[in-house]
Amino acid sequence: MSAVVTGIGVVAPNGLGTAEFWRRTLDGESGIGPITRFDASRYPVRLAGEVPGFTAADHVPGRLVPQTDRGTQLALAATDWALEDADAHPGDFGDFDMGVATAASAGGFEFGQRELQNLWRLGPRHVSAYQSFAWFYAVNAGQISIRHGMRGPIGINVSEQAGGLDAVAQARRLVRKRTALVVTGAVDASLCPWGLVAQIPGGRLSTSGDPGAAYLPFAAGARGHLPGEGGAILIVEDADHARRRGAPHLYGEIAGYRATFDPAPRTGRPSRLASAVRGALDDAGMAAGDIDVVFADGAGVPELDRAEAEALAEVFGRCGVPVTAPKSMTGRLNAGGAALDLAAALLSIRDGVIPPTAGVVQPDESYGLDLVTRTRRATVGAALVLARGYGGFNAAMVVRRCPQAAPRPARAAAITQGEGT
Amino acid sequence: MPSRSSPGAPMNRRVVITGIGVVAPGDPGVKAFWERVTSGSSATRPISFFDPAPYRSRIAAECDFDPVREGLSAQEVRRLDRAAQFAVVCAREALADAGLDPDDLPSERTGVSLGSAVGCTTKLEWEYAVVSDAGRLWEVDHTYAVPHLYDYFTPGSLAAEVAWVAGAEGPVTVVSAGCTSGLDAVGHGCELIGEGSADVVIAGGTDAPISPITVACFDAILATSNHNDDPEHAMRPFDRTRNGFVLAEGAAVLVLEELGHARRRGARAIAEITGFANRSNAYHMTGLRTDGREMAEAIRAALAEARLAPEAVGYVNAHGTGTKQNDRHETAAFKAALGPHAYDVPISSIKSMIGHSLGAIGSIEIAACALAIEHGVVPPTANLHEPDPELDLDYVPLTAREKRLDAVLTVGSGFGGFQSAMVLQRPGAVA
Repeated sequence: MSAVVTGIGVVAPNGLGTAEFWRRTLDGESGIGPITRFDASRYPVRLAGEVPGFTAADHVPGRLVPQTDRGTQLALAATDWALEDADAHPGDFGDFDMGVATAASAGGFEFGQRELQNLWRLGPRHVSAYQSFAWFYAVNAGQISIRHGMRGPIGINVSEQAGGLDAVAQARRLVRKRTALVVTGAVDASLCPWGLVAQIPGGRLSTSGDPGAAYLPFAAGARGHLPGEGGAILIVEDADHARRRGAPHLYGEIAGYRATFDPAPRTGRPSRLASAVRGALDDAGMAAGDIDVVFADGAGVPELDRAEAEALAEVFGRCGVPVTAPKSMTGRLNAGGAALDLAAALLSIRDGVIPPTAGVVQPDESYGLDLVTRTRRATVGAALVLARGYGGFNAAMVVRRCPQAAPRPARAAAITQGEGT
Repeated sequence: MPSRSSPGAPMNRRVVITGIGVVAPGDPGVKAFWERVTSGSSATRPISFFDPAPYRSRIAAECDFDPVREGLSAQEVRRLDRAAQFAVVCAREALADAGLDPDDLPSERTGVSLGSAVGCTTKLEWEYAVVSDAGRLWEVDHTYAVPHLYDYFTPGSLAAEVAWVAGAEGPVTVVSAGCTSGLDAVGHGCELIGEGSADVVIAGGTDAPISPITVACFDAILATSNHNDDPEHAMRPFDRTRNGFVLAEGAAVLVLEELGHARRRGARAIAEITGFANRSNAYHMTGLRTDGREMAEAIRAALAEARLAPEAVGYVNAHGTGTKQNDRHETAAFKAALGPHAYDVPISSIKSMIGHSLGAIGSIEIAACALAIEHGVVPPTANLHEPDPELDLDYVPLTAREKRLDAVLTVGSGFGGFQSAMVLQRPGAVA
């Protein structure tokens, strides 16, 4: 049996909803800008990918608004859109036949910062009764299951950026064990002072003040990445089941996956990323030559970019496959970012187009990558998505066109003619 | 599609526990833990980590854990949150118990699946207090942030530390499903082995939540006991006078091995894990319906995976938090899933002795189940002096019982509405 994605819901800094996100992504429109959600003037990092124009009350039942963090509100909206896109109505499924397998890097940390402040300034009696379940890492999965009456299996992975793919792999496991429909993917949002400050000491954030040049994966002179909020929620089902119920979209099959973990720092042992890539290809029963595009992790940190480029060269050869990192337009959304990349990969398959690593003018040529810096038309039958989580997590996932999915015409209108392939 | 090592293939390869490490309230180590949970006496006491005076619940089950005495280096002590310290110490004990030298493990065939509900919450809170100047600043001061702050923020770091102990380079993750994390993480470890993604998984759970914010959270929803004047008898699962759980800390880490892998190296199999399932109640983030329907479904699914009839279950390790609604909920679930056998099978809550350590307790209870099978002893429910007439099953009050156990069931229930169940069997008792 094969697990396919039938619905996509996107909340991204460059677009609320899949259509807007995809149009802007193909147009190279970035969602990076100055931080507006709090006064960031005292911090060395003042840019981020904020989701614009999201008003919780428009998307989330009123009573839930005060009980939930912004990240959970974004996740609930994305889930609604993904189910709508899949034309899947929870009432049509048995309640134990629907599962939720999501990832998180943070919980409701903006909510949590407020309650920590209440505790430390005012005392324990000022802590909200909602804090206990608004901040923790499982909150989105819990709220999604409750909102839609999904009583099947549950899973929440935390492996930072890699978690976004680990969760989708878990969704595939559940589908193979006969859960009919699984809500998966991830939405992360912790753009509060506490969330930003947590990332500053790691030294991977860009301190550039130029929104167009602060986060440039694989560029010569890359200076780090930027934080962001958002992600994607995906609906995964068994292919036959989806066809039987007349699901309107079969975006692609979750064909291969492998997770590996890097040796401890200072051991001198190399990264295991290439091994994850090979494992995912094996699992899909595919060869490197079958992959039409790689959605890279693209940390924008020179040593990490180099390690990733080396892994790709090891498997695909120098310039052996088009590589892109559209997250240059969103910032790194942690677990949400990997899920969003997977959504973009599926849309690439649908439309026959590779989104750009916008902003990168001069890739570091020593990496030996065919980096897609302008939107490129291409037949995409299969895509590889990579995600590396802080601490050493590697995940690789192969998605491919569903055998009998009706082909859709390429979106010619918004495509800038690219580098000639 | 290749089925040999495909992530997501149904469980087919068998999984045994070959090593156990535990840090539980009281003294660390498996031996002290097993003595504690068969003793009928509780490790609960007034909170000593900070001044609990302003809180409603001022008691906890704390570990007498000295990281230096447990072999952690000065750098580890400085870098690691207490939950990570527990996990590292447990992982080392479990590997030693399994007779495994990390250098001999096949690194890419070794994975880690670690559960935690609240991650590095203790470090996070104290570091928050510093950068916010005790809550004065909303725009917290990054110049006071410690180098490893992001490791505390996103608890994948807990699994990373364990992976480094074991030299694991296969699939590594944290499972954070609230209070079922410890069960779900071990269940996930079994999936990884069953489908062929790994031959060895270091799996377990850890939490060290005894810090002001967590205590305040549970105060706010009246989930914890306020029998502050009688800490040792505060947690009273299934008792008429129960009024909530006692917050605890701890960890358990298991070495899970594919059966053939364990046999080839002549390892001692302590127990086999034969079934696991979880479900959501889709009802409320913290509330439970009285009928226990979703927990019952998880139990039925776990038994089905183990191919066991309810009558084969010789012991049930209950979630048993001693809240009014939990104990009713799971009693109903046991009746629904086990039928008349629910009245015959001994059921107990070791939380009555070691409290509720959130995302750790599920794996600590798996360790207890494995040891119960190994020793042929059913741990008791301490502090159960006045049975609740509404709860009419055999909760093994006060005193441990000797009983040969071929199959045991352990369950967990947590925030988010998550319900989990796992079946363990005596090695060799499985057809």
